[in-house]
Amino acid sequence: MAERERRGAPPFGGVFVARAQVLDAEQVHRALVRISHEIVERNRGLDDVVLVGLQTGGTPLADSIAGILHSMEDTEVPVGVLDVALYRDDIGIRPVLPQAVTDIPGDLTGRTVILVDDVLYTGRTIRAALDALNAFGRPRSVQLAVMIDRGHRELPIRPDFVGKNLPTRRDEVVDVTLDGVELGEVLK
Amino acid sequence: MSSTVELRAVDDRPADAPIGHAAAPALVSGQHLLGLDELGPAGIQQLLSHTDRFVEVNQRAIPKVPALRGKTVCTLFFEDSTRTKLSFETAAKRLSADTMSFSVSSSSVNKGESVRDTVETIQAMGVDAFVVRHSSSGVPWQITKWVNAETSVINGGDGWHSHPTQGLLDAYTICQARNGSAGDAASLAGVRIGLIGDVKHSRVARSDVQAFTALGAEVILIGPETLLPPSIVGWGIGNGTVEIGHDLDSLLPTLDVVALLRIQTERLGESLVPSAREYTSCYGITTKRLGLIRSDAIITHPGPMNRGVEVSVDVLDTHPGVVITKQVANGVAVRMAALFLLIGSGVDVL
Repeated sequence: MAERERRGAPPFGGVFVARAQVLDAEQVHRALVRISHEIVERNRGLDDVVLVGLQTGGTPLADSIAGILHSMEDTEVPVGVLDVALYRDDIGIRPVLPQAVTDIPGDLTGRTVILVDDVLYTGRTIRAALDALNAFGRPRSVQLAVMIDRGHRELPIRPDFVGKNLPTRRDEVVDVTLDGVELGEVLK
Repeated sequence: MSSTVELRAVDDRPADAPIGHAAAPALVSGQHLLGLDELGPAGIQQLLSHTDRFVEVNQRAIPKVPALRGKTVCTLFFEDSTRTKLSFETAAKRLSADTMSFSVSSSSVNKGESVRDTVETIQAMGVDAFVVRHSSSGVPWQITKWVNAETSVINGGDGWHSHPTQGLLDAYTICQARNGSAGDAASLAGVRIGLIGDVKHSRVARSDVQAFTALGAEVILIGPETLLPPSIVGWGIGNGTVEIGHDLDSLLPTLDVVALLRIQTERLGESLVPSAREYTSCYGITTKRLGLIRSDAIITHPGPMNRGVEVSVDVLDTHPGVVITKQVANGVAVRMAALFLLIGSGVDVL
């Protein structure tokens, strides 16, 4: 689910209004191909690599990267999905979406986990994700891939693989899908 | 920003879709869970949909999440219970909440302390949610008048009135047995559920009927006239239907779900049924009747089971559709969802 649908669905119930298209579908695909190459380069292959898409915006990107890695290296990389709602530091401030279920393929101890998310913003989701991963073992390393890094970090977290750095205002909303990236705002 | 800038408005939603908080969840922080009729079909679906994620948490090697750190849940049980009390306490602990427990036999209620004084005393120690069970209907509602504005009260069974989390976990278990999970729009549309036994005196039956009909099921209440309610007006909510039947043998083969109720042994002394053996021969699930239950049917029982009364001793160990232990396991997940939505999440602000 991309930011547009997320903000439109209960419990949010706003309307996403796009102001600008940042990337089109082809540019998104190229960025994912580049990120896939960088993942192989950084890890000298794909041994023990596990992709974990964050619910809900990161999951289609993780699937897509897995597909690209398969065509590049002829290796099936396991793909998991992680819901961090129960680990957030803003429980009670931010509504929680139902239907975001965690599914991690096996024990992560000794694996190289690549977290995949659509937008990196304050870094709080990633902090929660690092906390959540502890329940599934002790990974050898955790790396972070995001399609958009929009700045405004509130925690000491930086991405390892970035589709595009996009300077934004705090009141703007970035919508990422495989069909493109749009910058806009949510009207209530 | 290097890309092209193109100004346009996108609103993919249907013209009649609610805007803003009209689409907000039915459960918000600081509210209570007293009965499923108050929660309504949308709230029931929402809670069941959240249950999926807690079922997954319970399957982990470390089934514990930090969602309710620093919150305190008190189980206030004025009536005996094994599974409901342990289930709520387990649910709270798996969400990292602290638990306090209270039971009448070891409390100052024996010295004559009233319910109100008891609640206010425990409240003063700092409690975010009370789980209340009482033999009188309406006590949980009454307690909502005495607690702080931000404290939630969850009904853990009151008199004949309601046992909402039991209704929710039964509905969840049936959805799970049929579809694997509740999904984002749990439905039992067209599913024929027979509720067999002492419907009249059962809070579980009332909550089950509400949960099942809210999801669109066809519910049939089956039992002797003395154990059926005089009227079923207002029993169902949502799109489901409720009817009454007496002839168990002809109804059993039509049922998708056989939902058994406990025969409360105290009822046997009230001349409502001639004897336990008479009840078993007319309405108990015996080896002979087990043959009438379809092999793809689901059999539920809320516990505690009276083996030899509503079921014969070993019958339930032989049918593939028996989900009684799954009900208990799902009970923890449903109660985690309820606690999380009531005292963790659910503030309808953006």
